[in-house]
Amino acid sequence: MERVAVIGSSMTQFGQRDEWVLELLSEAGLACLDDAGVGAADVDHLYVSNMASGEFEGQTGIMNALAQDIDATPAYTQRVDQTSSSGGAGIYAAWQSVASGASEMTLLVGGEKMTHRTTGEATDVIASLTHPVEYKHGVTLPSFAGLTARHYLDRFDAPRESLGKVAVKNHKNGVDNPHAQFRKEVDLETVLESPIVADPLRLYDFCPITDGSAALLLCPESVAQEYTDEYAVITGIDGATDTHVVHEREDPTVMGGVVESGEGAYEMSGREPDDIDVAELHDMFTILEFLQMEGLGFAEQGEAWELVEEGETERDGELPINTSGGLKSKGHPLGASGVAQGVEIYEQLVGEAGARQVEADVGLCCNVGGFGNCVITTIMEAAQ
Amino acid sequence: MTMDAYRYEDGTISYPGHPRGPDGAEPVETIDLSEFTAEVVTWTTSTATPPGVREPNHLAIVEFTIEGESVRAIGQVTTGEIGVGDEVRPVYADELREPGAGIREPASQEWDGYRFEPV
Repeated sequence: MERVAVIGSSMTQFGQRDEWVLELLSEAGLACLDDAGVGAADVDHLYVSNMASGEFEGQTGIMNALAQDIDATPAYTQRVDQTSSSGGAGIYAAWQSVASGASEMTLLVGGEKMTHRTTGEATDVIASLTHPVEYKHGVTLPSFAGLTARHYLDRFDAPRESLGKVAVKNHKNGVDNPHAQFRKEVDLETVLESPIVADPLRLYDFCPITDGSAALLLCPESVAQEYTDEYAVITGIDGATDTHVVHEREDPTVMGGVVESGEGAYEMSGREPDDIDVAELHDMFTILEFLQMEGLGFAEQGEAWELVEEGETERDGELPINTSGGLKSKGHPLGASGVAQGVEIYEQLVGEAGARQVEADVGLCCNVGGFGNCVITTIMEAAQ
Repeated sequence: MTMDAYRYEDGTISYPGHPRGPDGAEPVETIDLSEFTAEVVTWTTSTATPPGVREPNHLAIVEFTIEGESVRAIGQVTTGEIGVGDEVRPVYADELREPGAGIREPASQEWDGYRFEPV
């Protein structure tokens, strides 16, 4: 099986945008093709990662509409929905399309338009992924985070401040990302005194509601070499599913989907946690960064907070995490987020990350759907 | 109204019930959890609630022990005066959130159920 390369990327401005979802998707899709110097007519497969354009906007069939808008017909198109991990699932689908030999050029575009809805409405669209016994009690994704954070802090005797430091770090990284929703540092005091959203978590422990789109272009490595010497290779990728009902998990601080998909990606790539130079983790809530660090083997269970306290996950630390600013500062347009994680890792590996650049040959991204319900872990490496 | 958990042929219990349990085990009976007390595993108070949900919304994950077998449930709590390890009992509420105010089709599920009240 030939290796699958990434040869182009793009990302729109994330934040509150006037454009609707199809316009956002077109902007990112065309920019990605332009970045790689590939024509739309050369695209065999087009995947669109999106969670809820029907619910947010009343617009369905967006993969077909996008294909026409960017002149990619008659490419095969498919919309990929895996809630918040739609973007990662899109990377997996795009990788499969190339690895299987079905496509020699696959464009993946993720996007979501959310900010025209109130916070309550957007929260409800996202919470609609919950089981009926959860939904009728008004359980939301932020409330899962509050429940889990309290358990984690109590059980592992972790200081509340350590979660706040995740927010401080990711906001600091976002300052250097020109596409980020928030490009403003916050201090720990501001985080810890912000309004309570889901006790013990506060406003700055949560990502914002965001509009935006991101794209990646994938092809066989032999085709990549016809276009460029600067590309990345997806050497490991896997997806896994945990229980739909969150309280049924044996250990509330372990996300089985993270562990399983991580192990699959490590095995496929032949890599280990120590080999990872840079990682993008799904920090929809600060507590998730701890759970993924532990599930992916970057820290022992209950000890991720210590690495954050020691500065190991800062941009100049041993393992920089969320150099893009993460979902926390960059924003979280559901279907785009997993793709945007891939964009950051790709740019780090090919040396296009600008002020955010770190030394990296191997990168990892972990995209989480629901509250750990579905997870995709991807390992990318710079072309050798 | 009952708060039905499933016991599977391997002895495990889940709430809610599923057509298949661990290792494909089939359900063999229902257990009404509303007849038992439970212990609070963790809790939160949510202030950013969706349409039709009370604000603030006190929530807890609790653990029942039924004949030596543990089963957890999630639900609203009657008060914010709650702590990890507290004993609670289920108390019936005829409407936990307003049907139709949110995105989910009102007829697709039940809207009554049990809140947890400290004993």
